[in-house]
Amino acid sequence: MTSLPTTTAKKLGLVVDLDTCVGCHACVTACKGWNDQGYGVPLSDQDPYGADPSGVFLNRVHSYQVQPDQGAAQIINFPRSCLHCEDAPCVTVCPTGASYKRSEDGIVLVNEDACIGCGLCSWACPYGAREMDAAAGVMKKCTLCVDRIYNEALPEADREPACVRTCPTGARHFGDFADPDSKVSRLSAERGGFALMPEMGTKPVNRYLPPRKKDRPSEASLLAPLLDIKATGLAGWLDRVLGKI
Amino acid sequence: MNPAPSVILFTVLSGMGFGFLACLGIGLLPVQGWAAFGFWGLGYGLAVAGLLASTAHLGNPQRALLAFTQWRTSWLSREAWASVLTLLVLAPQALSDWLGLDLGRWFGAVGAVLCLVTVGCTAMIYAQIRAVPRWNHPITVVSFLWFALTGGLLLSGGGALPALAAAVLGVVLWQGWRIGDGRFAEAGATLGTATGLDRIGTPTVFELPHTGGNYLLREMIHVVGRKHARKLRVIALVLAAAVPAVLLLALPTLPAVLLSALSHLCGALAARWLFFAEAEHVVGLYYGRR
Repeated sequence: MTSLPTTTAKKLGLVVDLDTCVGCHACVTACKGWNDQGYGVPLSDQDPYGADPSGVFLNRVHSYQVQPDQGAAQIINFPRSCLHCEDAPCVTVCPTGASYKRSEDGIVLVNEDACIGCGLCSWACPYGAREMDAAAGVMKKCTLCVDRIYNEALPEADREPACVRTCPTGARHFGDFADPDSKVSRLSAERGGFALMPEMGTKPVNRYLPPRKKDRPSEASLLAPLLDIKATGLAGWLDRVLGKI
Repeated sequence: MNPAPSVILFTVLSGMGFGFLACLGIGLLPVQGWAAFGFWGLGYGLAVAGLLASTAHLGNPQRALLAFTQWRTSWLSREAWASVLTLLVLAPQALSDWLGLDLGRWFGAVGAVLCLVTVGCTAMIYAQIRAVPRWNHPITVVSFLWFALTGGLLLSGGGALPALAAAVLGVVLWQGWRIGDGRFAEAGATLGTATGLDRIGTPTVFELPHTGGNYLLREMIHVVGRKHARKLRVIALVLAAAVPAVLLLALPTLPAVLLSALSHLCGALAARWLFFAEAEHVVGLYYGRR
């Protein structure tokens, strides 16, 4: 059913730390690797070794240059994936009920057996989180690794989304935003976590942490006292006399 | 947005078809016998051809019947119900006109209202999408409805009424472009809000996440289609509105109707191409392209 649940018991989602992300694309690769053989049809590639390769990815890492009012520009790496919105427009537009939001944990999923591949959900998403699989003709999106996080066959440390598990800099965190004491809720509160495009009214669950303020080299050099050489003797006398003229 | 031929044909043909069926339903063009068969057949043919064209862009058309299940939330599902209901309700009227059953015009009148509901649902599929600010405005619904009405009146005969409708269509089109051109800025989404990086400065795209193409670039960040937007606007305005309005007043009925309907159809296709090609999806912000 494509009506959205009024409330969800949990609000599972990600915190992405734009301060620590180094743009290595490991999350992109880990996501493709896991989801290629997990939930639903594989993430197909078209012409992968040819002149015009293209394929489905559920996570993409952009890089932006940010010019502050003062000082040097900064490069920010920006992973973009499904935000598991509370008011997900991709769910309500679906004509078949294939696109749905789970009332137990808030994960937005696609039932591929009911997807007709009309693409309307991908149009409705402001974030470009959904990509149509050109081989299977069904819509693919981030499942928050629903087949990992509850998977008791995996060691407990692995029961988190593949992108989070693999991130070498710890820039990605997974947890329940409905619990104010959860790791992700506290992290978001402490660091001023924000939602993307709030003006679209989608109420995203995922939060992004802004880059921390960078240290500014102080105006004076640390070596300043050593560099301030005082002339002595004849040179010192000349310095003093000439300075007075 | 990608101006796919299937969706352009779907919206133009079914719009014109349902507009014409509405005119036939209320008896604007009194037809009997085999003439009725021909005219009703044309109306049904256009509507059904459009609906069939819409299934051409589905990844899994064999499951299309599932699209009837979510009418409570989905405009696409409502459109599916409305179109089938309209075609069913109008069927007795069509049979009555063809075979002289004398059923009155109740089925036709109700069917005419349903025709407008159907076209309204089609328009809402696009107008509901906030991520495409140009579409996300009531003018989209007005434009779709007026296109259907003009197309229907044009096919129903010559004279002042369809000429007036065509002239008003020109105003609707012009208003649509005027409003649409400002919608993206009104919606307020920028690369700054899309990334949240407006908190620390002014972001610009440094590097794309992939060197090849992908679904998003092909479907939503389709910029090639608007290369000739200005020329196409003039073509759409002239062919869909101006030429029919003049021809209907200047020529005798039969050539006027045939030529103006043909001109209107070509203009409508150009206008609908622009409707998709000029629509900018906010996801383009992430890629530094709209």
